[in-house]
Amino acid sequence: MSTNLANLLYLITIVSFILALRFLSNPAHARRGNQIGAAGMALAIVVTWIKVGSTSWWAIALAMLIGGAFGAVAARRVRMTAMPQMVALFNGVGGGAAALIALAELHRVLPPPGAPKADISLGIALSALIGSISFSGSMVAFAKLQELIGGRPITYAGQQFVNGALFIGALGCAIALVVGVQDEWLLWVTIAASLAFGVLFVLPIGGADMPVVISLLNAFTGLAVALGGFELENNLLIVAGMLVGASGTMLTLMMARAMNRSVANVLFGAFGQVSEAAAAVAAGDGGSVRSATAEDVAVMLAYAHKVVFVPGYGLAVAQAQHDVRQLADLLESKGVEVSYAIHPVAGRMPGHMNVLLAEANVPYPQLKEMDEANPEFSRTDVAVVVGANDVVNPDARSNQGSPIYGMPILNVDDAQTVVVLKRSMNPGFAGIENPLFYNPKTVMLFGDAKDSVDKLIADVKNL
Amino acid sequence: MSHNTLLVFEVTILVLAIFLGIEVISKVPTLLHTPLMSGTNAIHGVVIVGAMIVLGQPDKSAFTWIVGFAAVVLASANVVGGFVVTDRMLEMFKSRERPKKPDEK
Repeated sequence: MSTNLANLLYLITIVSFILALRFLSNPAHARRGNQIGAAGMALAIVVTWIKVGSTSWWAIALAMLIGGAFGAVAARRVRMTAMPQMVALFNGVGGGAAALIALAELHRVLPPPGAPKADISLGIALSALIGSISFSGSMVAFAKLQELIGGRPITYAGQQFVNGALFIGALGCAIALVVGVQDEWLLWVTIAASLAFGVLFVLPIGGADMPVVISLLNAFTGLAVALGGFELENNLLIVAGMLVGASGTMLTLMMARAMNRSVANVLFGAFGQVSEAAAAVAAGDGGSVRSATAEDVAVMLAYAHKVVFVPGYGLAVAQAQHDVRQLADLLESKGVEVSYAIHPVAGRMPGHMNVLLAEANVPYPQLKEMDEANPEFSRTDVAVVVGANDVVNPDARSNQGSPIYGMPILNVDDAQTVVVLKRSMNPGFAGIENPLFYNPKTVMLFGDAKDSVDKLIADVKNL
Repeated sequence: MSHNTLLVFEVTILVLAIFLGIEVISKVPTLLHTPLMSGTNAIHGVVIVGAMIVLGQPDKSAFTWIVGFAAVVLASANVVGGFVVTDRMLEMFKSRERPKKPDEK
């Protein structure tokens, strides 16, 4: 197959990717978009297969079989609650592939043809750098989300300095490669330093900030792939990679904006460690906590006109999405108006709560975004907070000393009554005290979210 | 095409792709941000094309062989996993009308 024909066919793939993203603007046909994208990808693979047409076809087939089987099984088996780590994992392997390609390309262009052209070596050096960061960073994010390692921020003295030194080292080697010191060991050092940097840079980031990190790493992989397009002189990689790079960057900025923090603050702030002082202050003037039994709450819910559920990461941990929906159905059958208020950064990745509730068959028109939900709270009888904490913390509005001051929150305290389902009074993931729990309007229902909701279902039924 | 012409052309489409990416993403509702992430995740699996080119080179060294093989394995996991996960998620989003709520007001 000629290069021109291949490039024309790649153009079809590019269009299919654009359509796939375009179709995501509406949940009604988003799935078809994804299928179009997959078909485009299949076309690209076939075209490349024919174009390469080498004696190594069996090696390619074997490798694709191994990787594809792993991907398919992992993607089918994973539970919806474990989706963030699965996305992180698939993102990481993509970045790893980009870094490996850079390594192989440098190896190929180095010995006989002499100095590779600057754009090729630039592509090689940067795609190795960014791809490696994305790979190791995603693996750490995966490990954190999978709870293989602690989710709390891990910090030590001189952390910023070590990270900075590693990054500058990696960048320095990459630049040396580009300006003409064509030694393969430079790339090895670049990759090693980038891998270490990726690990150390994600380690101190707390679980609550994962939506920002995951979308940033996604952007990194896209960028690494686009740069890979420069080293291989392949338009498809450039365009598709950059589409992902741009969209991931946008999403990262949107997530950071939803927390009213800069991306730099999220990445380098080691959030959750700095909050001890503010937490102590808040706890001091806290007052008392009112706890209720499931029966009390069931009565409140059953005789309410309007109930809003506010899900958070605790819902995912407890796998309570199906139970919540059953409770909602039951309340609706009693004439209660039910909706769900979703904060943009609730959970561990952008839109996490929407996916979980969709899994439980909640129709998406019932899922309200923050701007839509907030005016509704004043005419809400009961707001039920299920495993959410920081996104309903009134300190974000009023306490300038709070680390989350300025973050837009769901104003659940505008509702007549707030019911908080919570395991215990331990502060949440970010380690910040929440005055909502001491609000006279608030009652606490302690226990595992799933158990509590099941009890509520039983009690509402018995009324 | 001379090498420089090619480079200019590549940079051009790179920059256009940035704007296209921003444009397309800004129309995606927050409701679908997770499928957006995993969908773009699947799209960067296109790195498989590069991995196949590397592994498919004639007369490659053992080093390229191993590295290329590993790259194809990783990239295929990315492609297949990415699309399957996205499909599973999107399948769940339904707007189906619920049974009519009893009118009590």
